[in-house]
Amino acid sequence: MKELVVRRLSPPARTAGLLVILGLAALANPPAPPSTPPPTPPSATAQEGIQVPKPPFSEGIFPCSSCHDGKSMKVNLQRRELTGMHGDIILNHGPESRWCLDCHDPANRDRLRLASGERIGFDTSYQLCGQCHGDKFRDWRVGVHGKRTGSWNGAKQYLLCVHCHNPHSPRFQALKPMPPPTRPEQIQSRKGGAL
Amino acid sequence: MTAREPIQPAEGCASSTPGGGSRREFLGTAVAAVATTLTGCGKLSHEEFLQHNFRELSKDEVRDVIARLEREYKEKYGREVKVANTAPLPGVIFGYALDLSRCIGCRRCVHACVKENNQSRSPEVQWIRVLELEKEEGVNLQHADQYYDPAEVPREGHFYMPVQCQQCKKPPCVKVCPVGATWREKDGITVVDYNWCIGCRYCMAACPYGARHFNWGEPNLPPDQVNPDTHYLGNRPRPKGVVEKCTFCIQRTRKGLYPACVEICPTGSRKFGNLLDKTSEIRYILENKRVFKLKEELNTQPNFFYFYGV
Repeated sequence: MKELVVRRLSPPARTAGLLVILGLAALANPPAPPSTPPPTPPSATAQEGIQVPKPPFSEGIFPCSSCHDGKSMKVNLQRRELTGMHGDIILNHGPESRWCLDCHDPANRDRLRLASGERIGFDTSYQLCGQCHGDKFRDWRVGVHGKRTGSWNGAKQYLLCVHCHNPHSPRFQALKPMPPPTRPEQIQSRKGGAL
Repeated sequence: MTAREPIQPAEGCASSTPGGGSRREFLGTAVAAVATTLTGCGKLSHEEFLQHNFRELSKDEVRDVIARLEREYKEKYGREVKVANTAPLPGVIFGYALDLSRCIGCRRCVHACVKENNQSRSPEVQWIRVLELEKEEGVNLQHADQYYDPAEVPREGHFYMPVQCQQCKKPPCVKVCPVGATWREKDGITVVDYNWCIGCRYCMAACPYGARHFNWGEPNLPPDQVNPDTHYLGNRPRPKGVVEKCTFCIQRTRKGLYPACVEICPTGSRKFGNLLDKTSEIRYILENKRVFKLKEELNTQPNFFYFYGV
């Protein structure tokens, strides 16, 4: 019998996932048409008006229920090392106290599960993150935490938490810096004194 | 000396006759010669030489100047370069905020800025400098290094502080300009009329943030890297020997877009908006976060704020 496994949101290797946001359109289909209304003016910071891009699923992995259909694989709530699938996920997000099914809904793997038991879609995963990171969530809603694109006086797009943070290992990954400025002494003058 | 035929009154002063010339033509040639002598490069057309400061131009003159620039850029780069003249939006004063607790010093902003604003590529003129500072020292510019180049950032025990034009409410650079080539626009952006700048660099000496940059040579801008979407007071390709600076991407922000550095920042450290809009994120930051201004004691009153998001 196959082992119970949990689908991942994004591969741990996608440390620079924040840089490939624009490539997300090519990724998997969303579970359902987003129920969020169209973009709102900048002043409207109501949570309901939040427009987010598609979650950064790994290609071909969603919907999770294509494997986790509840028939061929039984739900296994046991904490254990994943060997069959999802072995590449390094759970470095409170590993002592947290397990896959704290966030992924055991009954419907295409949904996430809040502490209250409420099921939410992957496209509103910020609600899940906000349960513990309330201060960051509050800042994110008003556009202070995280990145917004669009126009400063018009429609904006928010990124989901998982576009910048790997949900299984959320610490921001180090990056290679782009080249430094040229030191004055390294600038070579050309004939005529001009550069 | 050869004898000249008398100018025919019927032809008017705008036309020329063989062997002779109208007063206008003569003046044009003479001025071009003077311009060549003065600038030493022989590339200045007499229209350019006679151009008034941008602020003094009438609407028609602005149109002519822009048409001339677009023609010259096309000749130079072999492609259409649009020079906009978008005016400040009413009821808008731009403000910028940068989250020091999130910036990781990756310099994505620096290079996005170079690309967007048509800076010289070799040597590269950079309008943003990212300072690497020691956490133990705090914001101590004596311990700042802008040339850091480790394999990965952020480096242990360090934090990063990008510095660019602070768009001061009392800009010392504007005060010292002897020819009025630089001024503060109604939306709070300090701009330079590159055609009017005489390259004296007083403004660079006056700026306490090192935000102004002088291009010593003809900007080395490969035609395929030209950003054709430009503004007269912003990112249009510059002539040699003028001072240039960050304009909050005037060509973008006056159209409602975010500056290029905000768009690229992978950590979302950079925030931008209208200081007069009570619901803007910039106002939220000013009202709810720990904010400071760089070199506040100098009373330059920047519209650029550093804050700690956590």
